[in-house]
Amino acid sequence: MKYMCLLYGDESTATPPDSPEFMEVMKAYQAFGEEAGAAGVIVAGEALEDSHTATKVQVRNGETITTDGPYAETKEQVGGFYVLECDTLDEALKWAAKIPAAQDGIVEVRPCPNFG
Amino acid sequence: MTTQPSAEGHDRASTHPGSGGVDTDGDSNAEPGSSIDIDVANRISTVVRQEWPTLVATLLADFGDLTIAEDAAQEAAEIALTRWANDQIPERPGAWITTVARRRALDKLRREKIGRHKLELAARLEDRLQPHGPDGAETAELADHRGRPGTNPERGSEKSGAKMRDEQLKLVFGCCHPALSQEAQVALTLRSIGGLTTTEIATAFVVPEATMAQRLVRAKRKISAAAIPFVIPDDAELLGRVAIVHQVLYLIFNEGYGASTGDDMVRVELSTEAIRLTRLLAKLMVDDAETLGLLALMLLTDARRPARVGPDGDLILLADQDRNLWLQPQIDEGVAILHQALRLERPGGHQIEAAIAALHNEAATADDTDWPQIAALYGRLHQLRPTPVVALNQAVALAMADGPDVGLARLDPLAEPLANYRYFHAARADLARRAERIDEARAAYSRALELTSGSPERRFLKRRLAELPQADQTNEAN
Repeated sequence: MKYMCLLYGDESTATPPDSPEFMEVMKAYQAFGEEAGAAGVIVAGEALEDSHTATKVQVRNGETITTDGPYAETKEQVGGFYVLECDTLDEALKWAAKIPAAQDGIVEVRPCPNFG
Repeated sequence: MTTQPSAEGHDRASTHPGSGGVDTDGDSNAEPGSSIDIDVANRISTVVRQEWPTLVATLLADFGDLTIAEDAAQEAAEIALTRWANDQIPERPGAWITTVARRRALDKLRREKIGRHKLELAARLEDRLQPHGPDGAETAELADHRGRPGTNPERGSEKSGAKMRDEQLKLVFGCCHPALSQEAQVALTLRSIGGLTTTEIATAFVVPEATMAQRLVRAKRKISAAAIPFVIPDDAELLGRVAIVHQVLYLIFNEGYGASTGDDMVRVELSTEAIRLTRLLAKLMVDDAETLGLLALMLLTDARRPARVGPDGDLILLADQDRNLWLQPQIDEGVAILHQALRLERPGGHQIEAAIAALHNEAATADDTDWPQIAALYGRLHQLRPTPVVALNQAVALAMADGPDVGLARLDPLAEPLANYRYFHAARADLARRAERIDEARAAYSRALELTSGSPERRFLKRRLAELPQADQTNEAN
């Protein structure tokens, strides 16, 4: 079954893209991608731009309301995600623990229901 | 989706001792069960409860779904109650009840719209039940199972002891899975392994029945939605996972022993239940030193229960207890189990705690207590578990060995981390009282009272507070 892994982290302490630390982070994600990819676990995965680039959309009475910013202004924001294909939660949690975000942030693992 | 709130509807308070009766529906006196002799009902309940973990584990292995397993087990338990009461308890009650439960689960699966893989599963199980006729003449099976020690008509229960043990362990580790909240772990453990009804668990934890039912339903829904596996963890994880199971069992024990909320001491049944479950775990995990240590700790602590509360319901401190009331055979058993654990030479926190409990239990009078040894054991425990609560206990033991001022000095650094821990303030109050620092004692008793909701403990603290001299003789500020 599929599990969505939401990668939460503190944006204020995130490494800037031009720093050498950023390259280290990239390498760590690349290593995870290679290992999980070789195991055939990764269904999808993307990094996200900072939460201040987010836009909320609501439709009320047929009218679309657009607002700037993320759903909730919290210290920790979603900075990326993976969708993993695993047999059990234990397996998903093992992979989630290997996602670099788990080292300094939090990875939330949510099962995706199968409506089929 | 197999998990539905309505599933809990089967979970009636009908088949267990302490549930207060044999009504299978709570309000229906026309139930055949209502005429059953109470003693017979209790005997049957005891048998059912003994068989419960094996039953649920077997059904879980067969059907792969905890809700299906539990609902079927509950239905079978209700059938057993009426059938066995009218007749007799069969020679092999476990096989009897497993057969009935399997058939119920299959019937239900067939009635409901089920996926193809489940139909295949049903067909496979059907084969297993085949020898008794395709129509499942239940009564014939029931007759077969009775009074024939040599025969084993239940092929599914031919599993070897080791296999059965593994399946029960899988159930234990699944119920105590770290992805579940501790509340859920506790509730599931009592329900799925202990065989307590939702009503009983709700009563014991002083929450509305609907709340407890909801908690169980949500836990089971998470298990099925997130595919939490019922497996024995691999070696790398085993130690940590066993520790979680121990935490759950010890929490159940303390909930009964401490009974910090509510007046009724009925909740002490939780301690008995925790001991029963820990015995089971000790049987499933042969030679696990810490499981034995935990069992010894519970037995040694629980052995003092008759002396712990006075006839007026007041709490009696260890030092003031009538030691003749302690349950000596239980102390002997606890000490024997502790020695068995220590011989395995894998030291651990529960074994140290049990050793401390044993030192208390072996002292003929409170004055004979070997406090220096107890303080040393707390020191060792603190190395393993460097928590403020362990430090608090060590401080109290040192105070007993070397005087209250020594203990009080040790308490100062704990004031902040334990600011809302009632036993910290109660301990500080007691040491301050003995050091004749009356104002300090009064403040600490008052704070402890604010944090305590259980009546016996509250009465005790109030009495101690009232007994303090009116004015402080010393010049202690605060």
